[in-house]
This record gives sequence, structure tokens and C-alpha cells, in this order.
Amino acid sequence: MGQILPYVINGVSVGGQYALIAIGYTLVYGILRLINFAHGDVFMVAGLVMVYATASMPFYLALPLVLLVTVLLGFTIERVAYKPLRTAPRMSLMISAIGVSYLIQNLAFYITGGIPQPVTNPIPWISENVSLLGASTKRVTLVTPVLTILLVAALVYLIQHTRIGMAMRAAARDFETAQLMGVKINSVISMTFVIGSFLAGVGSMLYFTSYPSVAITSGGMPGLKAFVAAVFGGIGSIPGAVVGAFVIGLCEELIKGLGYTTFSDAFTFALLIVVLCVKPTGLFGEKVTDKV
Amino acid sequence: MNKSKQKRDLLFLTVVLAAVLAVTIAMDMALPSYHIAIKVVKKATVYALVAVSMNLLNGFTGLFSLGQAGFMLLGAFSYGVLTIPVDKRPGVYQYFDGGAIKFSLPEVFAGVFGDTLGSVIGMLAALLVGGILAALMAWLIGLPVLRLKSDYLAIATLGFAEILRAFFQWNALGPITNGSNLLKSYPDFTYATAYVILAGALIALIVLLINSTYGRAFKAIRDDEVAAEAMGINLARHKRMAFIISSFFAGIGGGMLAMYNGTIAAASFKSTMTYEILLIVVIGGIGSISGSVIASFLYIISSEWLLRGLDSGEFLGVKAPGLFKNGFRMAVFSVIIMVIVLFFRKGLMGDKELPDLLRLGKRRKEAAPK
Repeated sequence: MGQILPYVINGVSVGGQYALIAIGYTLVYGILRLINFAHGDVFMVAGLVMVYATASMPFYLALPLVLLVTVLLGFTIERVAYKPLRTAPRMSLMISAIGVSYLIQNLAFYITGGIPQPVTNPIPWISENVSLLGASTKRVTLVTPVLTILLVAALVYLIQHTRIGMAMRAAARDFETAQLMGVKINSVISMTFVIGSFLAGVGSMLYFTSYPSVAITSGGMPGLKAFVAAVFGGIGSIPGAVVGAFVIGLCEELIKGLGYTTFSDAFTFALLIVVLCVKPTGLFGEKVTDKV
Repeated sequence: MNKSKQKRDLLFLTVVLAAVLAVTIAMDMALPSYHIAIKVVKKATVYALVAVSMNLLNGFTGLFSLGQAGFMLLGAFSYGVLTIPVDKRPGVYQYFDGGAIKFSLPEVFAGVFGDTLGSVIGMLAALLVGGILAALMAWLIGLPVLRLKSDYLAIATLGFAEILRAFFQWNALGPITNGSNLLKSYPDFTYATAYVILAGALIALIVLLINSTYGRAFKAIRDDEVAAEAMGINLARHKRMAFIISSFFAGIGGGMLAMYNGTIAAASFKSTMTYEILLIVVIGGIGSISGSVIASFLYIISSEWLLRGLDSGEFLGVKAPGLFKNGFRMAVFSVIIMVIVLFFRKGLMGDKELPDLLRLGKRRKEAAPK
């Protein structure tokens, strides 16, 4: 027990970070039926901005700035790259998302010169070591799950009990009818991207504090895994995404603990394929029937 | 399409192909093999082959698969593993006691057919093995994955490519794959002509396939699955076939890419590679073979050659080292790609082929982007 405890703690923490990214995927997919391939890159950009911002200003100014930049980025991506394609086939939309991902990575390469940017203790308090049940860990691993749960609770409240939340649910249920009923679909979609990017920004700050550096490809893997988490939980469902993310985070760290680090990524994708084949709608997903 | 038109198309294509071949041969004669033009032609033909194989799946069958890099990785590794000369193996597999495989196909065949012919046959055989392995893998992967639709299929194939990459980097397979170390010292065709002929022949095979009844079935599936099924097309069988064939050619393309690069590392076959190829297909026009070929050439020529200056301080005589630094070229590129994706969704060719351009005239209006 003492040996696996650090891995369990880490797993819960990583799971929380995946959960924050996964919500962005699941919200967007719920409304636009689009896998937002650029979401992982938004996450990476948030990490980069954190590195640059914390180097030049105190962290209580830097952190809001990171969130602001991330949210603006998410909003802009939607307006520029997805909005013009509302009526286009889904494949065009997906290609556009891949193009955005490619663009962000190349721009980041240009700006950083392709050199991974070192993370130097951006938020001092959460990087301190604490001990829990005899296992030593950084404070961020304890903060992450708590913060995740709080943010998710806030989000669920927003979606269930506010006007914009109702509009989002309506748009997710039936895009066109919602429009006919007077839901301003563009602002709802923008709101979705704003929320998704905000959570990815928070996740990014938590994620990269325990990594030595942010590289331009750093967003890809966590992004894909968070997507898998969203699919596993049932895409379009927020509790599903959170549960899926925690399961994936835990399994991954336990596999690392067993000494198969090479396969911790492969496991996630194997899980994806099994889920897609056995229960394509995921744990909490709604059954969708194809119309001819 | 009537007979005379078909004949004219064929004639036109032959002329174009002969011209391409003549230019390549002339270049091979006139320029040393390390010249940038030769390198560009080699790389562009490889990309053309891979792009066309992806187009067969994404453009003609409507299966949005993102597993291309995985199949290319299989092809690349088979080629490398089977063709490294025996006496160089201890150096390449220095961490794995010279590796588990103690023969090299070009040398085996050289013993039978003589040095030159034998090694060429050996190299081709190694490429073929890569293609077959990729096809087998596609069959295996296709069993569960092809039941999925559109974006789920995309993400599942992407996942499979990542799993494959993890396996090839696994140390336990090191005696064969060299783990996360490089494979190198394997033979390459010196002349660009060899690349052009090989890739050209394979692309011609794909074109023949697309124009056959199978190809028409693929297009029917793309246009409307339900209607195609109602017309008696066996969906599962045709999808599987398209997936396997596309992967076969991607495998060979991967082998040729390895040949061109001179080294193989599993780490380079990331999803970014698939995205790059997909974007080439989009630039050329989804559903146009000649579009994919032209786009590959444009893409490689400009990225490897014409726009080099964007990365190294001077472009078109303008010196601005602050702006034109490392990475600017790709940034400019991705902006161009986004413009194409958003405003010229049909790409260069739409779903037209090169011969169609001859009689476009009237139709140009409807082909123009809205």
C-alpha cells in the first residue's frame, strides 16, 4: 500500500487536470459535434503564456492574464476557424480544427524558437512539498482534485440553473430548433469555447507546474488523453468526462508504477478503442440514432 | 464519357507523365545526387504517394482515418530492418548485440541475381514486405475500428497509430526495432528517376483501382452509405478493402520516406505527420488524385526550397533576420493552409482530375469557391 500510494495520489491529480481539459472537448462536441483538435494546443499556449507571464510579473497578476489570454484564444479560434463553416460538412470542420492545431503549433515554434521553455516555479505556494499519509508530494497534487471538483460543481450549476446554461442545453439537444426558439446560437457557442478554454487554462497552470518545461508539442498528448476521457465518460456529458478523466489518470499512473511507462499512453488509446467498440456512447452518453 | 474523350485523356496523361519522366532523367544526368532539386523530387514523390493513398480512403471512400503515420511507421521499419547490410548491423544495433535479424534482403538477392539487380530486387522486396505488413495491420485494426463512424473513426485510428509508435519504441523489441534508437546505414536509390517510376507506378495502380467497379463502389459509399447499401454494395467488405489497400500503399510510402531520410526513428511518426499529409490532400482537393500529386510537389518544393529564406534571414532580397527566423516558414505555411481550408474548400482541383482541366471552360464557374 505504501508503495502504490504516491502513484494513486499522482493519478488523482493528473486525472483532475485531464478532467479540466476534457470538459472543453465534451462541451464543444455536445453542441457542434466537432472534435476540437486545437483544444490541446490551447492548453499548451496557456502553459507558454504562464511561463512568459510569471517571468515578468508577480503571479497574482500573471495568473489572471494567463486565463484571459487563453479565453481570448479559444474565442478567436471559434470565430475565425469554425464559425464560417457552420453549414459545411463535418469533415471540413474537423479539417479546419486540425489546421488550427497545426497553425498554433507552428506559431508557437516560431515564437519560442522551438526550444522548450523551462518552467521555473511559477506559483511558489502550490509547488511546496507536503506529506500525506507518509507519502511526500507537491501541494499541487492535493489542490488539483479539490479545485477540479469545485469548478465542475460551478459549471454544473451554470448549466442547470442559468439562462445561458439552458440555452447551451437546448443547443446541444437540437441545434436548429434552439435557433428557431430564439436562442442566439453564436453567443452560446462562443460561451462554450470561453468556458472550455478557461478550464483548460486552469488545468494547464496546474499541469505544467509539475513539469520541467513547456514544449510546443506538450499539448498534444494531454489533449488526446482528455479527449479519450470525454469519450470514455460519454461525449457530451460533463460528469462522464470528469469520471473518465479520473479513471484514465489513475490507470496511467498505476501502469507507470508497475514499470511499463512506455505503455501508459498506449493504454489510454487501447481503452478508447475498447470503449468505442463495446459501448460507443460511453459511460453516461445518450443513445444517438442515425437518421437517414 | 465517350471513347474519343477517354483516348484523349489517356494521351494527355501519357504526355504529362513522359514529360515528368524526361525532366527527372535529365536532372539525374545533370545534377549531383545531393543537389537540392533531386532531394525535392524524391521527397515530393514519396509525399505524393502517401497523399494519394490517404486520398483513396478519406476522399474516395469517405472514411476519415488519421492512422497514416502508423502504417508509414510499419513500412519504414520493415524497410530499415530488412535492408541494413549485415556487416553494419553491429554498429546500428550497438545496444542490442547486433540485433536479432542476421540477414539483409539486398544481400540475399545479390547472391542470386548479381550485385546491382539483386540489391534493387532486395530493396523492392523490403518495401513490399512493409506494405504487406501495413495491410495486415490494417486488416486487424479494421475489424473493430471500421464499425465506427466519422470522427470516432478518426480518433480511433489516431489512437492505433500512437499505440504502434509506443510498441516500436519498446525496449523489449529492441533487437528488431532498435528501441528508441535510430535505424541507419541502409541502402537508398541514388537517382530520383527510381523514385518517380516506383511512386508513379503505384499511383497508377491506385488510379486503376479507383476507375474500376470497386472504385465506383467506394465513391458510392462516400456519397451515401445507406443508398450504397441499398444498391447491393457490401459496406463492411468495401470499407475494409479500401482501408487495407490504402494502408498497403502508405506502408510502401513509409518505406520510401525512410529511404529518402536515411534514418528511421519511431518518434518522428507522430500524429503531426498524418496532419501534414491530410493538409496536403486538402490543398490538392479531397477526391482528386492529380490534385494530391500536384499539392505534394508544391508543398515540398516551396517548403524545402523556395521558402527556405523565410527561415534564414533573407527572402526575396529582403533582409530581416529578426522576422525571418527559424519557424517563420512553417508559420506562413499554416496560415496559407488555413486560408485554403476556410475560403477555398475545394482546394486546387476540387474533385477534378488533370485531364478534366482540358475541357473545363464552361464548368469553371461552378468549380469556383463560393
